[in-house]
Amino acid sequence: MGKYVVKRLLWMIPIVLGVAVLVFTLMTFCPGDPAEIILGSTATEESLALKRAELGLDDPYLVRLGNFLSDTFLHFNLGDSWMSGVSIAESIKEYLPRTLILSIIMISISAVVGIPLGVIAAVKQNRWQDNLCMVVALVGISIPSFWLALLLVILFSVKLNWLPAMGIGGFKYYILPALAGCTGGIAALARQTRSSMLDVIRSDYIITARAKGVPEGQVIVKHALKNGLIPIITVLGTQFGRLLGGTMILETIFVIPGMGQFIITAVNGRDYQVVQIGSIFLAIAFSFCMLVVDLLYAMVDPRIKAKYSGKSQKRKKVQANG
Amino acid sequence: MDKVKKQSEFVRVMKQMSKNKLAMFGLIILLAELVLVLLAPVIAPYEYSYMDAMAMQQGPSAAHWFGTDELGRDIFSRVLYGGRYSITMGLFAVLISQTMGIALGAVAGYFGGQVDNVMMRALDIVQSLPAMLLSIVLSTVLGPGYMNTILALSVNGMPGAARMLRAQMMKVRDCEYIEAAQSINCSKFRIIVNHMIPNSFSPNIVQATMGVAHMITMAASLSFIGLGVQPPTPEWGAMLSGSRQFIRQCPHMVIFPGLAIAITILALNLMGDGLRDALDPKLKR
Repeated sequence: MGKYVVKRLLWMIPIVLGVAVLVFTLMTFCPGDPAEIILGSTATEESLALKRAELGLDDPYLVRLGNFLSDTFLHFNLGDSWMSGVSIAESIKEYLPRTLILSIIMISISAVVGIPLGVIAAVKQNRWQDNLCMVVALVGISIPSFWLALLLVILFSVKLNWLPAMGIGGFKYYILPALAGCTGGIAALARQTRSSMLDVIRSDYIITARAKGVPEGQVIVKHALKNGLIPIITVLGTQFGRLLGGTMILETIFVIPGMGQFIITAVNGRDYQVVQIGSIFLAIAFSFCMLVVDLLYAMVDPRIKAKYSGKSQKRKKVQANG
Repeated sequence: MDKVKKQSEFVRVMKQMSKNKLAMFGLIILLAELVLVLLAPVIAPYEYSYMDAMAMQQGPSAAHWFGTDELGRDIFSRVLYGGRYSITMGLFAVLISQTMGIALGAVAGYFGGQVDNVMMRALDIVQSLPAMLLSIVLSTVLGPGYMNTILALSVNGMPGAARMLRAQMMKVRDCEYIEAAQSINCSKFRIIVNHMIPNSFSPNIVQATMGVAHMITMAASLSFIGLGVQPPTPEWGAMLSGSRQFIRQCPHMVIFPGLAIAITILALNLMGDGLRDALDPKLKR
């Protein structure tokens, strides 16, 4: 098991390098001259040329790519923001935890609410509880989170004046973003839980468990849910990816200084360095979460665990259909 | 022979789906919406760019069903015209991403081995960026606009489509009819395009239906943060973005464009569910 984790962590190195090259290459095709954006349209031709030389924009693509990769990965020098001159490492230290915590809160709420909803729907299949849960899930999956965020602001901040509409501060400031962000996850998890519960609930071992007198609650949780958990975890992983992206949008609505706002501001200001470094960090965070998902697979299913520990067997890529 | 069989499969799926009331409900909403959007010039009471300086930021009334925006433009008309952008963006983005994904997935799935390995690792890199982030970066690179946004979005859907098809291709690869085709010296291209893809892309159809809904949301999100389609184009996300600053005085400006998005996505999801149930014999319960 430990060996598998190490292997996965090592495999992250080429992935992160790939992401760095990909984002760097994309940004070089960006229209607009960063020097002109930084200095404004009134800058003289000489000062523009000086700025370009300072930023290293005159060098050929491969030289710049090499410099960027060696600075970032060999010297761990993340550079400064071109716009504000603030150290990117410092900014990320402040912003990344905020975005991650927000996303983790959202995914936790989604799991805590969504999975029980799905279980109830499956147990009471075709009764009113089932229909109610599924209607709720369908509506939840259909509402774009940024629109829901605006609606929540209208209701709770503008009309009722209960919660702050933007900014950061105490616990209160996170309620609306979390609510807006978690509905999609709740809905997706409820739907997946219902369908995978229905897949297993008619299995022979469930009948056996009932026949030998296991209490119904235990049958559902220990026997049915545990066996239907694999696709649910897959959805959890894909939802986390969507949530990270969704959080970026929500941050701009609620004016939360996190990675989303950081990157979107940088994108608009052609601050290549910030966009590149920010994307790399988000990709690393995302890869870690995917690793956690794969470890969760092993935790709930001993067969997968055995496969990981096996020496000669090549691990089969787990299909994520997102 | 080939054609007759395809027809019957299509009819079977449609029959199966028509029994599903919710899916039919979704289909009807969607068709109604398409008619409304296509006939927008006839139905819309005002031109979408017509500004009425006497009626700015008015709430819903008989003259302006959904009210007016900050420039006195009729929101109902703008929502109708906006549907043309939002819905077609979702459709085209999915069409492009599925085409690219199917091409990649078919090659990876048929050849397997090293080819497959290299392609999947490349897709790993693309997928290790959150989709929204990739779209943001891509649409900055490509610049704003309708076609560019479609391209930026379609790259996102591609890895999912490729993986889906690849998995199916691997199942189909060992079937007898493929062996038969090989034995009569069919070209690889013919085997992939005529024999394997038609037999393995039904999960992609379901994915595409659900994908349209997702792409519409993504397109709206992009326009919402100021990338993608720009105002004054009446795209739903761009309308929301423009009305955000007036959220205190006129909530109707925020509510209606979003409602249009939500209804469209709901209809697409209902249809996608029905289609999945109809296509997947395992799920018949």
